[in-house]
Amino acid sequence: MAAKKIVLNFPKEKIDKPIVARLIKDHDLSFNIMKASITPDQEGHMVLELIGDAPEIEKGIRFLKEQGVKVEPLAKDIRVNWGKCTQCGACVSICPTSALYVKDRQTMEVAFDTDKCIACELCIRPCPPRAIEVHF
Amino acid sequence: MAKTIAEINEKIKKGQAVVVTAEEIIEIVAKKGVAAAAKEVDVVTTGTFGPMCSSGAYFNFGHTKPKIKAGGGTASLNGVPAYTGWAAVDLYLGATALPADDPRNKIHPGEFAYGGGHVIEELLAGKDVRLQIEAYGTDCYPRKHLDSWISLKDLNEAVLFNTRNAYQNYNVAVNLSGKTIYTYLGTLKPNLGNANYCSAGQLSPLLNDPFLKTIGIGTRIWLGGGVGYVAWQGTQFNPHAPRLDNGVPKRPAQTLAVIGDLKGMSPKWIKGVSFVGYGPTLNVGIGVPIPLLNEEIAKHVAVRDEDIQCAVVDYSEAYPQGKPDVLGEVNYAQLKSGEIEVKGKKVPTSGISSYKNARIIAEELKEQIKKGDFLLTEKVADLPTGADSPKFKPLNERPTKEGN
Repeated sequence: MAAKKIVLNFPKEKIDKPIVARLIKDHDLSFNIMKASITPDQEGHMVLELIGDAPEIEKGIRFLKEQGVKVEPLAKDIRVNWGKCTQCGACVSICPTSALYVKDRQTMEVAFDTDKCIACELCIRPCPPRAIEVHF
Repeated sequence: MAKTIAEINEKIKKGQAVVVTAEEIIEIVAKKGVAAAAKEVDVVTTGTFGPMCSSGAYFNFGHTKPKIKAGGGTASLNGVPAYTGWAAVDLYLGATALPADDPRNKIHPGEFAYGGGHVIEELLAGKDVRLQIEAYGTDCYPRKHLDSWISLKDLNEAVLFNTRNAYQNYNVAVNLSGKTIYTYLGTLKPNLGNANYCSAGQLSPLLNDPFLKTIGIGTRIWLGGGVGYVAWQGTQFNPHAPRLDNGVPKRPAQTLAVIGDLKGMSPKWIKGVSFVGYGPTLNVGIGVPIPLLNEEIAKHVAVRDEDIQCAVVDYSEAYPQGKPDVLGEVNYAQLKSGEIEVKGKKVPTSGISSYKNARIIAEELKEQIKKGDFLLTEKVADLPTGADSPKFKPLNERPTKEGN
């Protein structure tokens, strides 16, 4: 069993199509909707975790792309600008999934594990140098 | 046998000085003992890199034609107000200053994206900054208005002058209330959701010389990547804080006022930051060299995180209301482990001062001294550490008739 978090951007003409339903049914996947919204321009935005057999997940992602959905790994969503980061650690106790964490308790180096990030954005404003950025 | 600073400087000039960081000395003293360490090691370097609100810089931007006197008028740098109560073309810009049109906490918590600290960082990065002055005009300074770009290299003097830095120990902030609060020690989640601390602990300058035997007025320090000096005791200087048996104060205690040429510093080590709901400030990098003149000093620099205790304070009630209540004491080894226990609950911790960068500063200063690029100074005068020195006290408020 594998799991993958992806960011989906649905073009305006696709938001009324049952794309996710077919993705789940045809590829025998389970899913977890982490975030979903429709912009005023009627474009759809969704953060989705897919759970199932690894080859089926890849096939499912290919299917989404064929349908005209833009698919990006979730890791792209939240980025740490390490040039701005002061390595203080203020984010560490704010992050609910320990995606932002202290890598080494000797040096107290702060690191970011993109796999654990759920893009909740709780870290964005508490960061004193505002080094954590949201990219869509 | 005791050493002198002059002897240590001779060794530094010859490239023979033994210099280690405040982290490295711990192991040396543990292995060889205090006496051997005091004999072998000449200098121990410390470091700290955290937000220090009582920071700022003064500038002389040069006379205009015709001349203008900012004194008594108003001035701003990139929209951030600077203090003009000086002579014609001198200004002081404080780290926490905000543009007049910043919405502040009108919609709480405010963003505070840009303030005095950010302007200082941009000047250091070589960027152009907009200087605007409104003056009233005199016979000798007739000009009333100035709007010009300036940059660091254009300024006659640009001096970082911080009235309170390098706090010797600090509170651990927690939140006992039921809602998130926004403080200068970061965002604190409700019901003991997290605990934020702000000290480099075993690397912090004043925790390695708790009685300031070697640090005083005129001590040369590593400041913001350049060279600075201890100018005076910092404001809120408090040598009377309760101390542990090893001499280390358990509460916020002594501080330094520091000064140095901004033009020699780096935007990496003088960095504008903001605390959501609180305001902007300046992250300042400081490294202080401690000469191991005798065994007593060697004993103090061997202090470890587990030997330094501090107080856990509720920032939802006790701190803002000025109550002395403390929820407990923890040490820096516990804080750095990632979790402490408060009122029987396990609470995750966050550092606000960067330990990783404190290490880099201590290491950089060590290399500079080893290469002979940084000589030590004798202090010109002691800071007021004695039992008879003034007590740090709250305001004795005497309400006026007019304002109440």
